[in-house]
Amino acid sequence: MTPLIQATNLARIYQVRRGLFAQPKPVRAVDGVSLAVMPGETLGIVGESGSGKSTLGRMLLGIDQLQAGEVRFEGRAMPELRTAEWRALRAKMQLVYQDPLAALDRRLTIASQLAEPLEIHRIIPKDQRPARVAELMVAVGLRQDQAGRFPHELSGGQRQRAVIARALASRPKLLVCDEPVSALDVSIQAQVVNMLRQLQEQNGIAMVFISHDLKVVRNIADRVAVMYLGRIVEEASSDVIFRSPRHPYTQALVSSVPVPGKLLEGRVILQGEPPNPANRPAGCAFHPRCSIARDICRSTAPVLRQIENRRTAACHIVADGAVPVAA
Amino acid sequence: MISFVLTRLLRAIITILAVVTFAFVVLRMSGDPAQVMLGPDVPQDVIDAFRKAWGLDQPVWVQYLAYLKSIFTGDFGVSMRDKASALDLVLERVPATLQLTIPALILKLVIGIPAGIYAALHRQSFADRGVILLAILGFTIPSFVMGLILVLVFSIILGVLPSGGQDTWVHGILPTITMSIGGIGILARFSRSAMIEVMGQPFIRTASAKGLKWRDVVWSHALPNAAVPIVTIVGFMVGSLIAGAVVVESIFSWPGIGRLLIVSVSNRDLAVVQCILLVIAATMVVSNLIVDLLYGWLDPRLRSRAAH
Repeated sequence: MTPLIQATNLARIYQVRRGLFAQPKPVRAVDGVSLAVMPGETLGIVGESGSGKSTLGRMLLGIDQLQAGEVRFEGRAMPELRTAEWRALRAKMQLVYQDPLAALDRRLTIASQLAEPLEIHRIIPKDQRPARVAELMVAVGLRQDQAGRFPHELSGGQRQRAVIARALASRPKLLVCDEPVSALDVSIQAQVVNMLRQLQEQNGIAMVFISHDLKVVRNIADRVAVMYLGRIVEEASSDVIFRSPRHPYTQALVSSVPVPGKLLEGRVILQGEPPNPANRPAGCAFHPRCSIARDICRSTAPVLRQIENRRTAACHIVADGAVPVAA
Repeated sequence: MISFVLTRLLRAIITILAVVTFAFVVLRMSGDPAQVMLGPDVPQDVIDAFRKAWGLDQPVWVQYLAYLKSIFTGDFGVSMRDKASALDLVLERVPATLQLTIPALILKLVIGIPAGIYAALHRQSFADRGVILLAILGFTIPSFVMGLILVLVFSIILGVLPSGGQDTWVHGILPTITMSIGGIGILARFSRSAMIEVMGQPFIRTASAKGLKWRDVVWSHALPNAAVPIVTIVGFMVGSLIAGAVVVESIFSWPGIGRLLIVSVSNRDLAVVQCILLVIAATMVVSNLIVDLLYGWLDPRLRSRAAH
């Protein structure tokens, strides 16, 4: 089966200048990331803030310019930004943001925002649009009387439901969710995540789910990619990665998730500074905080290697001797 | 909605009352009209007679109450200089001032706002930097300097435009340009920053990610949302249609409200000054009221807040 979306060697480098006369310094937000998502599959992307997850999400959608690498959607290369072809493709891939209030136009009612994608892509005849809007509202659990409301008149959870409904309006095949629930209360988070999962199963949508919250990702993702300073350090199925993390960074992340009824013993506490993408350590970027780092980690950056069936990791120690993954 | 309008109206009346009171007191404390009107070498009994005739011999609060009573009955007093109705004197000058300020306002709107929006949509470009530079120059150079520069260039060096008077519409060109330059700069800067702020909002990126044409993203999502801060500034400009021309009218000898104000203040022509200030305060207050109502139309959040 061909992947719905396939990214090869994506890179995004920002030039950051500190001070008036300083040389601009490259910040590698995303640095050589390759991944693929099958139709209907959910790929979770986890990592600390600044690890490049959001940039990666926008590059997958084709709304951020690629500096290197290639994105193929349904086997075809991503068209040029803002061309008619690119716009037509928008119907098939949609985005859900962290802050639903900012993602909605505060001047328009919920119903008119849900109708907009239908108008843009002329998906259904005009007289059927209200029915489709009503159907979308039912699908995300909004009441019909909320159609005429403005964004500020809804609760946070309801707003995110509206954003999701809008994303689903054009029947997309891919949904990129960038921290979709981290702005919501924990009790609402579970509802929205369950709803997303349900909608995904019903409609066969593939999803890229970006989050720093491992519990949420574990709940929804089939596969998980762990990012550290713009690179994927480990990727495997969700069960595998949470049950037996191999990369030392993944191990630290997974052990940091509190489990009810369990003592905090045996947790791996990360040492050292949180990563600064403008000042990337030489060799393996994780080595200053790694408990098992050796000399080679300080000098040479590890590449992603296949360490098990359907599991890759970028680490000199745990992936020693394994076959590198072809880019 | 009705209670909203009523509270705003009440607030407007209080504002106007405060301006009137302030002007009344300050004018009487800052100089004696009898001395100014009659000159320095007048016998004391003439001065006393003048004061008595105009009620200036009464205590200030008695004068004030009498004044309030008369303005509420629509009587705005009589000019001490030519005994004409102060209101008539003022209203007579309004058209001349509007002949300058309305074209100037139109220039500000049609040049300032598009320039700012264009700059915001082409950030960091040559045009953007140019707009910023010109905008800063425009609103940092005071109008009296700008007016003199324009007179120097267009009247004295080039000799193509008259430097003063009100005979033909050509005479209005220099004062109108002088008055509009600062406003163009201010509007360009405000429109630019309002647009830049809105363009950075996630809903703009989402609108584009939905597949909306870039032009439609700008017209249907960005511009209406950037309108609130722009409307605020435009409201101030509309409010100063009457009062904004004082300096420029003096430079170009344009017989509008501004010149009347300056002449009346230096003559201590109390009724006329008070009447001008009342008209200025009223236009400012009315335009603010309109801006408040526009806010509700532009931004539904403010609408419901106002209704509560």
